[in-house]
Amino acid sequence: MLELSAVNAFYGRIQALKDVSIRVSAGEIITLIGANGAGKTTTLMSVSGIVRPASGAIMFEDRNLNEVEPDQIVAAGISHVPEGRRIFPYLTVQENLDLGAYLRRDRAAVRTDLEYVFELFPILSQRRHQPGGTLSGGEQQMLAISRALMARPRLLLLDEPSLGLAPLIVQQIFEILGQINRENGTTIFLVEQNAYMALRVAHRGYVMENGSIVLTDDSTVLLENAQVKSAYLGV
Amino acid sequence: MNYFLGLFVSGLTRGSIYALLALGYTMVYGIIELINFAHGEIYMIGAFTALILASVLSIAGLDAISILVIASLVAMIYSAAYGFTMEKIAYKPVRNSQRLSALISAIGMSLFLQNYVRLAQTSNFLPFPTLIPRFGFLQQLTFQVTSAQFVIFVTTTVVMILLTLLIKFTRIGKSMRAASQDKTMAMLLGVNVNRVIALTFIIGSATAALGGVLISSFTGQINFYIGFMAGIKAFVAAVLGGIGSIPGAVLGSFVLGWTESFGAGYISSDYEDVFAFAILVLILIFKPSGLLGRPENKKV
Ligand SMILES: Nc1ncnc2c1ncn2[C@@H]1O[C@H](COP(=O)(O)OP(=O)(O)OP(=O)(O)O)[C@@H](O)[C@H]1O
Ligand SMILES: [Mg+2]
Repeated sequence: MLELSAVNAFYGRIQALKDVSIRVSAGEIITLIGANGAGKTTTLMSVSGIVRPASGAIMFEDRNLNEVEPDQIVAAGISHVPEGRRIFPYLTVQENLDLGAYLRRDRAAVRTDLEYVFELFPILSQRRHQPGGTLSGGEQQMLAISRALMARPRLLLLDEPSLGLAPLIVQQIFEILGQINRENGTTIFLVEQNAYMALRVAHRGYVMENGSIVLTDDSTVLLENAQVKSAYLGV
Repeated sequence: MNYFLGLFVSGLTRGSIYALLALGYTMVYGIIELINFAHGEIYMIGAFTALILASVLSIAGLDAISILVIASLVAMIYSAAYGFTMEKIAYKPVRNSQRLSALISAIGMSLFLQNYVRLAQTSNFLPFPTLIPRFGFLQQLTFQVTSAQFVIFVTTTVVMILLTLLIKFTRIGKSMRAASQDKTMAMLLGVNVNRVIALTFIIGSATAALGGVLISSFTGQINFYIGFMAGIKAFVAAVLGGIGSIPGAVLGSFVLGWTESFGAGYISSDYEDVFAFAILVLILIFKPSGLLGRPENKKV
């Protein structure tokens, strides 16, 4: 479904991605783990067209995204829950969700999806008319995920959804990610520092260090990998 | 009492015009954090366009109301085209450079447009026709309200209401607010931010042009320089209200309008322009975020 081949990306002279190749098949949950500054966010931003690769190709279902405008990438079926959630603080919860469905014209289906996200995260329906900035961190993460789902994406990119959240909320959010994947067949590309949780929910994983992919395998294998254990699982 | 009411009305008139202009400043700032110094020139170009049209249409024998409506609409469209083009050629190319580049580009644009109109038209004042007809019912009031003042206030109110509805309730309005809060996030949701920015310039320019046409038919004369002072005053009003905030711009405009007219009426008209800058200094000292502005919260 999504394939990055030998992608290189720079910020000025700093090379953030070095020959990154990642493949995501339809229906999968894959995770990309790595330390701070490894290049995970840059990888997702390049899929969304915010960071442009200097070389290499980003293919989404036979379409090269390298020069496609970000709004067209969303239209193609890719939604992005960015690092730090980026809720519009002065828009209400409802308005944040409306913007998730910005490109959609199928009003009736949008209403159905709104009900669906309120079922996933009932707290959001209580907070509906409150400015996004007044939500707690966990609620903001729920809103960010719901906002992305409102586009009815086929591929969902998530950048560290566990960041700064209490273990219980993290647990809940990861369960819901699994549920979204199972119920709707939404493909998920999950970036995480919380390697243990991520590998438990994902089918396959990639490990990134200093802008390069250094390891990839099935999650169950990675969970047992000595290198992964010592560097990312803290055991 | 009538003297007071007269000053009140004249402050309201000024405030209305400032508001039509301040909207453009505040909306553009809200979205790209640029003080568009050439905004006053758009207002001036609106007035010139209307003047040319009014001359042609009155030769064609149209009645005053039709001339006013047609001239205003065409001036708004024409100025909107200027605003749109200005953004494309002067601001978009420097959007990702340092802020100083955009500021210099804006000042350059302002000087260019002033001098362009001076050369293409004239440097003298030109008489501007009274396009606004007399309304009989205003004569029955005990204090003086001219028809022009009445039309200016009503038009401004209508524009403000429409704009508020647009920004609050429409899809376009939501995308504008989203882009002003976090452009990258708006892009990640499928908002074409370039288009939103262009639209902001179009709306701001059209309202400025409307202000230009209305005030000119009130004062009765225009030249290439009228946008300069009006632009600065409206900028002060926008800062006073809290730059980036639309209700703030409106409030700031009326506060400034009243300060000027009461100041001129009760203290001295020699210091009329001083009041505006005194207010600016005071607000910058005591409440830099403006009356309704959000406290500075820099994005990461
Ligand atoms: N806008 C930017 N300008 C310059 N350098 C940047 C920029 N964004 C990221 N970088 C650099 O690129 C490298 C990769 O950053 P990236 O944000 O992709 O890492 P990450 O894996 O997401 O890290 P984290 O886990 O801390 O979020 C880092 O060295 C970072 O300093
Ligand atoms: Mg990151």
